[in-house]
Amino acid sequence: MAFIPHTEAEVAAMLAAIGVARIEDLFDEIPPQLRVKSLAGVPEALNEMEIGRLMSERARSDGIALSFIGAGAYEHHIPAAVWALTTRGEFYSAYTPYQAEASQGTLQLIYEFQTMIARLTGMQVANASMYDGASATAEAALMAVRANRKSSSARILVPRTLHPHYRRVAVATAANQGVRFEELAYGAQEGITLPGALVHYDTEDITALIVPQPNFFGRLEDVDALTDWAHARGILVIAVVNPTALALLKPPGEWGARGADIAVGEGQPLGVPLSSGGPYFGFMTTRMEYVRQMPGRIVGRTLDAAGKEGFTLTLQAREQHIRRAKATSNICTNQGLLMTAATIYLSLLGPQGLARTAAASHARARELVAALSRVAGVRTAFAGPYFHETVLQLDRPVAPLLEALRARGILGGLDLATYYPELGNALLVCATETKSSADIERYRNALSEALQNVRAA
Amino acid sequence: MPLPEKVIFEHSRPGSGARDQWPHATPDAALSDLPAKLRRTRLPELPEVGELETVRHFTRLSQLNFSIDTHFYPLGSCTMKYNPKACNQYAMLPEFLSRHPLAPESHGQGLLACLYELQEMLKAVSGMEGVALSPMAGAHGEFAGVAMIRAYHRARGDLKRNEIIVPEAAHGTNPATATMCGCAVREIPVASSGDVDIEALKSAVGPQTAGIMLTNPSTLGVFERRITEVARIVHDAGGLLYYDGANLNAILGMVRPGEMGFDVIHMNLHKTFSTPHGGGGPGAGAVGVSARLLPFLPIPLVAKEGERYRWLTEADMPQSIGRLSAFMGNAGVLLRAYIYMRMLGRDGMREVGQYATLNANYLLKRLQAAGFDAAYPQRRASHEFIVTLKRQARELNVTAMDFAKRLLDYGFHAPTTYFPLLVPECLLIEPTETETKETLDAFVTAMTQIQKEAEEQPGRVSSAPHTMPVRRLDDVRAARQLDLTWKPTAQP
Amino acid sequence: MSNVPADLKYTKSHEWVRALADGTVEIGITDHAQHALGDLVFIEVPEAGRTVKADEPCAVVESVKAASDVYAPLAGVITAGNPKLAAEPEAVNTDPYGEGWLMRLRPSAGALAAAPLLSAPEYQKVLEAEGA
Repeated sequence: MAFIPHTEAEVAAMLAAIGVARIEDLFDEIPPQLRVKSLAGVPEALNEMEIGRLMSERARSDGIALSFIGAGAYEHHIPAAVWALTTRGEFYSAYTPYQAEASQGTLQLIYEFQTMIARLTGMQVANASMYDGASATAEAALMAVRANRKSSSARILVPRTLHPHYRRVAVATAANQGVRFEELAYGAQEGITLPGALVHYDTEDITALIVPQPNFFGRLEDVDALTDWAHARGILVIAVVNPTALALLKPPGEWGARGADIAVGEGQPLGVPLSSGGPYFGFMTTRMEYVRQMPGRIVGRTLDAAGKEGFTLTLQAREQHIRRAKATSNICTNQGLLMTAATIYLSLLGPQGLARTAAASHARARELVAALSRVAGVRTAFAGPYFHETVLQLDRPVAPLLEALRARGILGGLDLATYYPELGNALLVCATETKSSADIERYRNALSEALQNVRAA
Repeated sequence: MPLPEKVIFEHSRPGSGARDQWPHATPDAALSDLPAKLRRTRLPELPEVGELETVRHFTRLSQLNFSIDTHFYPLGSCTMKYNPKACNQYAMLPEFLSRHPLAPESHGQGLLACLYELQEMLKAVSGMEGVALSPMAGAHGEFAGVAMIRAYHRARGDLKRNEIIVPEAAHGTNPATATMCGCAVREIPVASSGDVDIEALKSAVGPQTAGIMLTNPSTLGVFERRITEVARIVHDAGGLLYYDGANLNAILGMVRPGEMGFDVIHMNLHKTFSTPHGGGGPGAGAVGVSARLLPFLPIPLVAKEGERYRWLTEADMPQSIGRLSAFMGNAGVLLRAYIYMRMLGRDGMREVGQYATLNANYLLKRLQAAGFDAAYPQRRASHEFIVTLKRQARELNVTAMDFAKRLLDYGFHAPTTYFPLLVPECLLIEPTETETKETLDAFVTAMTQIQKEAEEQPGRVSSAPHTMPVRRLDDVRAARQLDLTWKPTAQP
Repeated sequence: MSNVPADLKYTKSHEWVRALADGTVEIGITDHAQHALGDLVFIEVPEAGRTVKADEPCAVVESVKAASDVYAPLAGVITAGNPKLAAEPEAVNTDPYGEGWLMRLRPSAGALAAAPLLSAPEYQKVLEAEGA
């Protein structure tokens, strides 16, 4: 059933009021040859009990494993209150707050979110969120092209240390508008972008430089040097950052002498479950001087007709429903529900809770790396500091080892073979505050066993 | 005057916090490897509030909202139907919720089965040959669709096809999307009947035509009766047809876009398939394509090989327009749509189209009987229709905006206002199939009363709303004096 | 009825042009245009030194409901954008032909004479045809 509440008597009364005999008559403007003959591809309806059973069976068959995978999606403790509040009908089933007087809850929440994200990134203004970190990065590239008056090349420098999926999404999104992405190599020993990679571009017309922090390998880039190099050449800096890390690391607004120009990232670590990859949300922040070039919704505080404070969507003239072909972007969503969860999460954790989460994640990662490095045939790939994940190099192919670990209920990390073949047998491992010493010990034992078994064979 | 609920930073007290949510403190030594020059010098200024205060704050904020769960929400083009609680509950089963996107396929056959079957059901209701699920919103799906059209022409060496035709009544995302894909936009007029102007279309097509973006029923709430002819004209000129699925609810189970001649469609899962609007997202904009566009679908897709499911990625689809999402789109939203579609089943799809259309036509007739002017009185309503208040604006100086705001006082969320731009002082009204006759009658009563107020004390309507947490907001001030983040010192 | 000063020239896209004594021209949007846009919240004017072609969009006027391009009525080099409008966009609403000027431009050789500008009565006719 399609949640349709009508009784037969009501339907009869309605048809009478319209002046037709059957519902079918209401489709008389549609050419008969266009009418659907069969929906064979759709199964018969299930009632709620039946679908509940099916979903439970499927979920059970997938199970839950002990996971040490990071790579852009991070497992953190999510307080129970976050989703209990977020799934309240008044948040869950509300629409975009176009009628401001009927949406003050959502609008105020967005204003609070904008404030928190601006403060976390050290930037001046934030929008109400974007689809995810990857598309936010693509939109930041397009924004930089609009905002950088000194450059007309639309060439964007992208470190190879940026998440490989983010690079692909940026190309898929922005290439049609003439934006060219050029890859910067990283140092093989260091795992970060070195000054040597930039020398080639010293006098080129470049529109923006993307700087990830931490980068895909978990390594910490020299953000000050990169930012100052860019600004000295009229190049805008787009920071791509992990929000949990920002409780400990210097935020983009404080990078180099002037700070980054645009800062984006994936907001999933802030109270959003892994949920097989989505829905997540991207955050975007910038300097006040570029606010009109920033896509997405923005909420502002103002006064009502009686002088009372209230909130409303503002700067809408940039958006698709008004500017149409000349809009800053075609986006007309923000990830409202996820942004709501993040705002509640940040309120519950506060500065100390978030800093402890970051610190505990870092400590667990170091513990994990120390434990695994003690296993023969395992070593760290790069020298230098990392945050909550890092790359290990193994003395044999990674895929069979991951399979052996999986059989023991452990997801050991991400095999980098398809993404970074130059790293050989490389594994990206991550630990957050959710992993205990016992978990780490279990991983170490399982890996040790798996390596011995394979050797023995 | 202060807000009904203070901004959370104003609840903040240094040293306060929800300590049960914090991990245990880590000894400083564990952070010794982080270089000082990369460290923050001060903690970020996030609120310091206890757990009860936080729960109270956000609960109170939620109570300031209208929502489907609390109010009739007849927003045209948005399909504000009931969001079944079962969809949320089963999409949030712990195994689905805790699964990492890069976990191995062997660890996700249950999830992949749901996504594969969703692809198949969407193919069936749209009449298309292939479906991809990764676009994360309707506009994102539009982007994918236009990008595929462009990729198709380029693959055939047809590099001059750079122009997208858009009817002037189209939703703003359509031309915005065309621009994002590097195409030029050509607008064509709509005839007074509400159908696309066929003669204008014939003049507009040519060797530069990449395609046309249409929705059917159109944004005017009426069925494009000559759609087969439109398709023929565009195809004959070498262009492709893009279907904006925003209005799919009107024809679900009754007509399939693939059979109308469309080559690519996006479907708004947050409209037709009832995933939550969430105060502005997340959505999901699944795209469906005809056979000739199959190679260009965005990755990843789910494939079934024997009894096993797996992802198709770049290696499997070298002509794909690429990856549009860091992982595989809004999986949780897709699960909710899957559950909803399984609960509808084959017959339920048709019931949606039927009852959405019944409710719209009933509401239209009752409003006309009450004296309101329909924009297209000779046409059947689809799942939505337009009422124009230009007579009230002219005779009583009361506008569509005023009616919309006064409806809030009567406990109804306003319909869509001032869209489409073509019809002056319009209300675009979409009741959806999940509303009762009783609710629709109450809406008519409210509109009738507001009309009476407009005649007898127009000031009451033009200064509405009166009973909301705020009166009408000064959006000129909001744009001139930008206050986009909270600052500690209070300012006007 | 909107104000259409007799001593100015006009374009179909609702810009006005005033010839200044030093050979430059001053350009703005008409009373009809400012009224249609509503309260202006932001104006983007071109930088001095920029060369523009006739009909090239060179400024943006933004209200809460619309953001419209302003087109250069003739070719030339921008000599100034009105600096007052950054802080007071409403000057275009209250005094569109005076304080609300948008930009000044030095026309290219022959550009002013060749430009298809309308006289005040001709612009009035345009407004009447649009039903203004």
